[in-house]
Amino acid sequence: MIRFDHVSKRYPNGREAVSDLSLAIGRGEMVFLTGHSGAGKSTLLKLIALIERPSRGTLVVNGQNTAAVRRSKIPAFRRQIGVVFQDHKLLMDRPVYDNVGLPLVIAGVPEKEIQKRVRASLDQVGLLGRERTRPIELSTGEQQRVGIARAIIAKPALLIADEPTGNLDPDLAIEVMNIFKRFNDVGVTVLIASHDVHLIERYAVRRVMLAQGRVVDGVDAPPTPAAEITTGAPEVPADALRPTATNAPLVLPDIRLD
Amino acid sequence: MKQWFERHAQTLVGSLGRLWQHPFATLLTVIVIGIALALPACLHVLVQNVRVASGGWNNALDISVYMEPDATLEQAKRAAERIRQRRDVDEVTLIEADAALEEFRKHSGFGAALDALKDNPLPHALVVRPDAEFRDSGHVDALTKELDKVDGVDLVQLDTAWVSRFNAILDVIRRGVFLAAGLFALGILVIVGNTIRLDIENRRDEIEVTKLVGGSDAFVRRPFLYNGVWYGLAGGLTAGAIVAIAVGALSTPVQRIAGLYGSQFQLEGVGVPGWLALLAGGAALGWLGSFIVATRELREIEPK
Repeated sequence: MIRFDHVSKRYPNGREAVSDLSLAIGRGEMVFLTGHSGAGKSTLLKLIALIERPSRGTLVVNGQNTAAVRRSKIPAFRRQIGVVFQDHKLLMDRPVYDNVGLPLVIAGVPEKEIQKRVRASLDQVGLLGRERTRPIELSTGEQQRVGIARAIIAKPALLIADEPTGNLDPDLAIEVMNIFKRFNDVGVTVLIASHDVHLIERYAVRRVMLAQGRVVDGVDAPPTPAAEITTGAPEVPADALRPTATNAPLVLPDIRLD
Repeated sequence: MKQWFERHAQTLVGSLGRLWQHPFATLLTVIVIGIALALPACLHVLVQNVRVASGGWNNALDISVYMEPDATLEQAKRAAERIRQRRDVDEVTLIEADAALEEFRKHSGFGAALDALKDNPLPHALVVRPDAEFRDSGHVDALTKELDKVDGVDLVQLDTAWVSRFNAILDVIRRGVFLAAGLFALGILVIVGNTIRLDIENRRDEIEVTKLVGGSDAFVRRPFLYNGVWYGLAGGLTAGAIVAIAVGALSTPVQRIAGLYGSQFQLEGVGVPGWLALLAGGAALGWLGSFIVATRELREIEPK
């Protein structure tokens, strides 16, 4: 799904955030990207989302060599990736509905279909019924979940997240992480940058550790099957989250995580 | 196609809603555009009206033919008869010297001075009206030369020179209106462009987020283009209103002046085509101004 081949990224100020980095992430894999701040985690994610371009080396995402993606094709490229940001990057003055539906509006999906999928998407993060609320009225954890709902609404095959639990207390962090885990369970490739070692140790998934822009430790997933940690929230059936190629509406049970 | 239409309609209404949220700033921009459009429109209306008012003068192609001071009335009548037979002459009116003097005495206010004169200083005169088919300048010039050769004729005067001069001046003014319109159009582009630039600056975060989730340059530009169109349309409406008010305020005094000159002339407004031109011109300028600026500025905004 993602292949870094001797990739370096040097910023105009001369700092090399990623140095000669090689890394492969398979389709359907879930990977935690760890390391101290400044280790190059964010830069790595930015390279994948084509927010930055590699200075050297090749980066292939979803079968496309990023060097061959022209500027005018970047929007279409980004639409196949769901991105979750640490600071949410929500439109604070627009209702949740507008925020979550934005990727579909951009893609030119009919309004009726958008309504259906915004509901389904909010349902998956436990925010059904909050469509009319403005993000500013929501808690940080809820805002983060709105961000996730927006990232998944277009059913991307790849989901990347930069410190998605950075501002959350431990219980909320686990909740959010579980949402990502469930997406991975239905086949979505998930890459999460996080420096919260205690949190990610609770999940049995592959960890890649960065330091000074290099991979220093690429631990594979432990042999024990990944177990979801519960916080007392009801489970969402895995089938409901499976990305579908068709436009068939997702039928989801009415559940809440909060 | 239906979706495309739906999207555009939504953006159209959405951008109107946004402008509505900042009524004061929007109003200022609209008024400035309105005035910039109204000035050339007013000049245009003025020129149009002057043309209509002076339209009657173009037919005033009567040729004055003055007989020699010592020509007798008989001679004048013979000359009139000869001229009347010409194919290119429609009508000849004989003004006898005594009648002319009487007329002059009545209207000039020099009655007493004229009484002091022993003889009538005025000659007999003929007013020659060319036939409708021969009123172009070439024929009239030829006719003038012929008339000069008639027995007893002293002076032939064609009273159209000042009409052509007046029309020439009007043409210069009309061209000036075009130039002014061009300059004001440029001004409108700058006004709209600057307003849109500020809009974009205020919505920088939103643009970045939209680009982050895959919005293309064209997608983020669209609402700003509609903003420009709204500004232009509202500016066009304002300009039309300004012209209508100006015409309304001037029409009564102008009618009084026209009445004093015995004319039925009435001041005309911009009319339906004028309104359409103001609205279409405003919308087009608004669109173009925002297109130029938004295309440039939005390219610069990239997520970090």
